[in-house]
Amino acid sequence: MVDILLNRIQMLGRTTLDGFARLGRASLFLLEVLSNLGGMLKRPGLLIKQLFSVGVQTLIIIVVAGLFVGMVMALQSYYALVDFGAENSVSVMVVLSLLRELGPVITALLFAGRAGSALTAEIGLMKTTEQLSGMEMMAVNPIERVVAPRFLAGVIAMPLLAAIFSAVGVMGGYLVAVELLGLDAGAFWSQAQENIELIDDLGNGMIKSLVFGVVVSWIAVFEGYDCTPTSEGLGRATTRTVVYGSLAILILDFVLTALMFGK
Amino acid sequence: MNTRTLELMVGLFVAAGIAALFMLAMSASNLSTYGGDEGYTVKARFDNIGGLKARSPVSAGGVRIGRVTEIGYDMAGYEAWVTMSIDPQYNAFPIDTSASILTSGLLGEQYVGLEPGAEEEYLTSGSVITLTQSALVLEQIIGQFLYSKGDE
Repeated sequence: MVDILLNRIQMLGRTTLDGFARLGRASLFLLEVLSNLGGMLKRPGLLIKQLFSVGVQTLIIIVVAGLFVGMVMALQSYYALVDFGAENSVSVMVVLSLLRELGPVITALLFAGRAGSALTAEIGLMKTTEQLSGMEMMAVNPIERVVAPRFLAGVIAMPLLAAIFSAVGVMGGYLVAVELLGLDAGAFWSQAQENIELIDDLGNGMIKSLVFGVVVSWIAVFEGYDCTPTSEGLGRATTRTVVYGSLAILILDFVLTALMFGK
Repeated sequence: MNTRTLELMVGLFVAAGIAALFMLAMSASNLSTYGGDEGYTVKARFDNIGGLKARSPVSAGGVRIGRVTEIGYDMAGYEAWVTMSIDPQYNAFPIDTSASILTSGLLGEQYVGLEPGAEEEYLTSGSVITLTQSALVLEQIIGQFLYSKGDE
């Protein structure tokens, strides 16, 4: 009886220590990646290639999601506001929530699922098939050659994708509010312009998406690089990227919102 | 995929991202000059414009016929100036047309309502509407109501 209890407590201790060890490895790994970013100057082609697979290929899902999120936001806020005769504020509701929350957060969640998992799987498979050790044998630094371009591409692509998401969402909201529900087009834009600040709303939303870009890319490349080199470990690492990435986004979103908008 | 196509696509992606940021900045700040259909401008003086804003609608008989383009304050007469642009097809408003600031719904947006007069001459670009009625400010009305109740 006591043995079982002791075993349980030991397991708890081991899990905690493992967690801290992973966190430490991840931090050291991030430092190493950051110190190897300079290598990109010698080979900009590597970055371009990653920007294509991380940014351009994520574009379609971002555009479609943004369009429909904007449209449904306009529809829902119209139903809520029309009772108060404030249906002209639909644009404020749509644009504000897109810029501050939905743009950065949904883009980051989709990004973790679409691009983050691909990054982990790619790097993890390179590790499993010993391509990374092969590179080291040939005196090529795999962090500089493989990891750093992917990390930087994620960091650059994320704010751009969030901006595209928000812009397409605003257009979707405009379509529903003006073309479908018959609100005044001028009132739509004038209300948005009167109530939305360039720095406070757009600027802070972009800072959020940049932070999310760093965190998701970091988790994705680390999970790939740190995965157990088996097909099972690779699958687990990919899952972990999406789960940890999404949780990190949602928790960080609360922290950032409290810091930026909570006065 | 060859390098050229790849770089082209990435270039397009970055350009689209920057264009999206630009579009958001335009719709979020007052930089844009959306809906710049050329109309003629008339001015009106008001004692109090309430919550009227630039780009608020101008309507006659409930139909939107133009927009407020500029709002200013005249230190000489201590009055607010409202400049509005009327769409060119509505070019036959008599010169004694009156303007009032109205509210759509109880708490809705404020707009300028034009009530046509009876003169033969028409408003043209640069005309000044002299017959105006200020916005009804809810607090003032409630205040007056309470005072009048208090007197009874």
